[in-house]
Amino acid sequence: MNIDSIKNGIVIDHIEAGKGMEIYSLLHLDLLDCPVAIIKNVTSRKMGKKDIIKIDAEINLDMDILGYVAPEATVDIIKNGELCEKKKMTLPEKLTDVIFCKNPRCITTTEQELPHIFNLTNKAEKVYRCAYCESRATEN
Amino acid sequence: MRSVIDIKDLSTQEIEQIITVAEDIIKNPDKYAHKCSGKKLATLFFEPSTRTRLSFEAAMYELGGNVLSMSDAGSSSASKGESVADTAKVISCYADIIAMRHPKEGAPLVAATNASVPVINAGDGGHNHPTQTLADLLTIHREKGHFDNLTVGLCGDLKFGRTVHSLINALSRYKGINFVLISPEELKIPSYVKNEIKKCGLEYVQTKDLLEYMPKLDILYMTRVQKERFFNEEDYLRLKDSYILTPEKLATAKSDLCIMHPLPRVNEISVAVDKDPRACYFKQVLNGKFMRMALMLKLLGLED
Ligand SMILES: [Zn+2]
Repeated sequence: MNIDSIKNGIVIDHIEAGKGMEIYSLLHLDLLDCPVAIIKNVTSRKMGKKDIIKIDAEINLDMDILGYVAPEATVDIIKNGELCEKKKMTLPEKLTDVIFCKNPRCITTTEQELPHIFNLTNKAEKVYRCAYCESRATEN
Repeated sequence: MRSVIDIKDLSTQEIEQIITVAEDIIKNPDKYAHKCSGKKLATLFFEPSTRTRLSFEAAMYELGGNVLSMSDAGSSSASKGESVADTAKVISCYADIIAMRHPKEGAPLVAATNASVPVINAGDGGHNHPTQTLADLLTIHREKGHFDNLTVGLCGDLKFGRTVHSLINALSRYKGINFVLISPEELKIPSYVKNEIKKCGLEYVQTKDLLEYMPKLDILYMTRVQKERFFNEEDYLRLKDSYILTPEKLATAKSDLCIMHPLPRVNEISVAVDKDPRACYFKQVLNGKFMRMALMLKLLGLED
């Protein structure tokens, strides 16, 4: 795979340096059959250093997960070797099974098949709270 | 299906409608005595809370309905090993409305998402207890006639006491409310609750001294200061007496002060205060039943 030339696929750009691997696993890119490249510590005028992920296939990315983990990232959709769309991230209103509630009194601790749902309750401060117990999500 | 899990599930207008119905029930009980005939309330209590359960059950009986009671839902074979979701689906087949108490936070929400009948949260751990807040609001409304321009003192455990947080949320919807937040350092109100007050454009003061603002208060809401909230016994012993309400401490209070407490009390209001006409905490219990009646009528679509 020539990492510079993707014909039809996705480039996740402007990822904060060091977060590339985390995003790779959160988006389950390891399960893909197509070529995927993680490029770390690329020099960036804007960010100093950044990570880039290139996916050589048209897949449906979970923009909610990406928006939560890497709100600074951009997603370039490449078609026929050309940039066809550039998407900016927004913080998702709701996250399902991305972060997990750690409150021992929460119903999710005894009923393991329940989805872990978090709602955005304060956009400015990026506060997410558990839909069940309202505990604040802790950054990990 | 409409459920009430959190006091925030009810708009200000809806709360006021429920209060209007409750006050009508008080005036004309006969008019409501058969409203729920043929309806069944299931009380699913996964932890014991006899007074809350009896309040719901009395409410349904006074509306002419029937009650299916699972007072030991947590240990009974009917739910052993069964998920909250499944229990909610099963009970929906028998009952028209469910009141649920559960030790785990968020369990009633899980029930509500799975039930095909309305679910009322009757307390989920220390999390939400919306019908307690409804009881508090009816008490304030009956005693004061309005919610605007009141100075509301909240005393005791303001950190973990969720009834206090819910009441603040409900009262913050009104104009001119001043909150006086009285607690020891260890049990101060969380900052997100203070931010909510500020966001509503309302004022609050914080104090450690129950007496400091006593002459200004229209409402004094007492809560229990629990021993287990303190790191060491000395701190608890040092502080507990300063938050016990006695007739002496009421000397400077307004003659129409309304003294409230979610009950059960341990010793935070001395028994000598009970004779004071300003003591409203037993009326609050009765008001809780009326609000549960009005809420069930609303959720069953029978309020008119
Ligand atoms: Zn939770």
